[in-house]
Amino acid sequence: MNDLSPLLSVDDLRVWFDIKRQGAMPWTPTDTLKAVDGVSFDLMPGETLGIVGESGCGKSTLARAVMRMVPAETGTALWLGEDLLSMSKREMRGHRKEMQMIFQDPLASLDPRMTIGQIVAEPLKTHFPDLSAKEVKNRVREVLDRVGILPNMVNRYPHEFSGGQCQRIGIARALIVKPKLIICDEPVSALDVSIQAQVINLLMEIQQEMGLSLIFIAHDLSVVKHISNRVMVLYLGNVVEISDSVQLYKSPGHPYTEALISAVPIPDPKAEKGKEVMLLDRDLPSPLDPPSGCVFRTRCPIAEARCAESKPPLKDQGNGQAVACHLR
Amino acid sequence: MTDKLVQPFSQKRTAELAESLSAGGTIKGRSLWADARNRFVANKAAMASVVVLLLVFAFSLLGDYLTQFDNETIDWDVMGSVKELGRPSLSNGHWFGFDESGRDLYSRVVQGSRISLSVGLVGAFIAVMVGTLYGSVAGFVGGRVDSIMMRLVDIFMSIPYMFVLILLLVVFGRSISMLFVGIGLTAWLDMSRIVRGQTLSLKNREYVEAAVAMGVSTPKIITRHIVPNLLGVVVVYATLLVPQMILTESFISFLGLGVQEPDTSWGALISEGVKSMNYGTLWHLAFPLFFFVITIFCFFFIGDGLRDALDPKDR
Ligand code: SF4
Repeated sequence: MNDLSPLLSVDDLRVWFDIKRQGAMPWTPTDTLKAVDGVSFDLMPGETLGIVGESGCGKSTLARAVMRMVPAETGTALWLGEDLLSMSKREMRGHRKEMQMIFQDPLASLDPRMTIGQIVAEPLKTHFPDLSAKEVKNRVREVLDRVGILPNMVNRYPHEFSGGQCQRIGIARALIVKPKLIICDEPVSALDVSIQAQVINLLMEIQQEMGLSLIFIAHDLSVVKHISNRVMVLYLGNVVEISDSVQLYKSPGHPYTEALISAVPIPDPKAEKGKEVMLLDRDLPSPLDPPSGCVFRTRCPIAEARCAESKPPLKDQGNGQAVACHLR
Repeated sequence: MTDKLVQPFSQKRTAELAESLSAGGTIKGRSLWADARNRFVANKAAMASVVVLLLVFAFSLLGDYLTQFDNETIDWDVMGSVKELGRPSLSNGHWFGFDESGRDLYSRVVQGSRISLSVGLVGAFIAVMVGTLYGSVAGFVGGRVDSIMMRLVDIFMSIPYMFVLILLLVVFGRSISMLFVGIGLTAWLDMSRIVRGQTLSLKNREYVEAAVAMGVSTPKIITRHIVPNLLGVVVVYATLLVPQMILTESFISFLGLGVQEPDTSWGALISEGVKSMNYGTLWHLAFPLFFFVITIFCFFFIGDGLRDALDPKDR
């Protein structure tokens, strides 16, 4: 797979928001929130990239910037060689059928006034307006059947379904246009644990069948573990580590990744008891005023003087692991 | 609700269900509208108001057919001595009596109802259409466009609208169409603010984001996802706007600036009734006032009922 060219290649993406201070005059300069600050990664066809980080680390913003749902400050996102971020809205609209998105809150992502048949058909009707009504109906039934929703439910409304079912409907909506990439924005964090596994398994099956690429966003590593080929760890809008999934769990490179992994519960009670949880003291610094040098410095247990001076670059360690830390 | 759930399916029902499943038939869903309708029908005050209001509408549209008198013919015999000869009476067919000029008051009230109701409905319709469109565009587009559009609304709002309305009527002449335009054009301001607020909150819902992500165009998002979800608020506000329009029109007519003779409205009739109150002809005031008051009340009750029925908190 490595000799293929990447499906999506993001380079030095920055998303900044202007934040107005409370009660500020219209002419006072606004604060800048660097939600995503220079993120680069490649995504191969058929690959799953997990993106992990605490809430507010910019993982959702990153996904939305690639989808052009929030404007990016600088950077490029090459989709099969074409830059998504600089193309016109019309061109972008043509590409949208190739990349779909699944959202965090399954019920909220479905329009309460539409039947699920209409909801699932919407992307198809948007991108292929010439399809006959019959064909649309058949495709809707087919895809609902695939995600495990009885196709005779098409006339029901979202509030008549459970959270897990709603997420399946969301997946069906994403699948119906046969995309190449699905961005899953914390697709299971609003669901019960037992249902989480079902939804993740469904996503994995579908990915195998259709050869999809997935970007799977989550706030803890345990969810991402099974589904991802590679994992990217974000901290305050910066990539601190991007590694092969197996490698990352075996020997985390960055102190932050270490802390995240130590927080994942181990199923074995004995091991769990003896395990040392690496607690991060102090709160996440304000993203409006990130620390100088290494952004993780204020909470890093092994920080040194030079960490405050310069930002550590992302260094490839060989073995499929890249870490941004002066000491590794 | 609960007893329905506890009740086991009858065999027939189960058989039907099984059949529809096996035949690949579809199961009908319960839309939010259907839910709201059920809640509204269960609201007694609101349903009673609907019935009364329908009667008032029927009266204004069909009332003319129930009497042999029209609203123009002046009975010269009665004219000078309305107090004695012009009382409401069932025997001579002048059920509401005569007005000050010796015309049949029943026909006059029918005529006035028609004009008042249409001013209310048309005025509210204009206000709702303009306000919804304006507010949803401002809210959805956001940014600078939103600021400019809403500042404009602020400026319009800071001008006392009665003043503008009176000015319009004086400058362009007193006509019913001017009244429609004048009332409608000032009443959309509130509407646009409410709709903008709602749109702002809807815009951040995930299903709107989902539509953006899947490539649905902005106009389609507004018409397909924003407006249908706004409809609840709009409907409630519109029902409360109608009586407000009627009140405004009546006030203007009461001042003598609204509809002009030979046309009339509830406001104009009440105004005449008040003027002749001192002569002991109280029915001049009582009949139009009765219709005016029950109509306003009915609209308010219905608006309340709709708000309860459509309240998203109940979902
Ligand atoms: S660069 Fe310094 S502060 Fe940052 S993670 Fe490495 S050791 Fe910690």
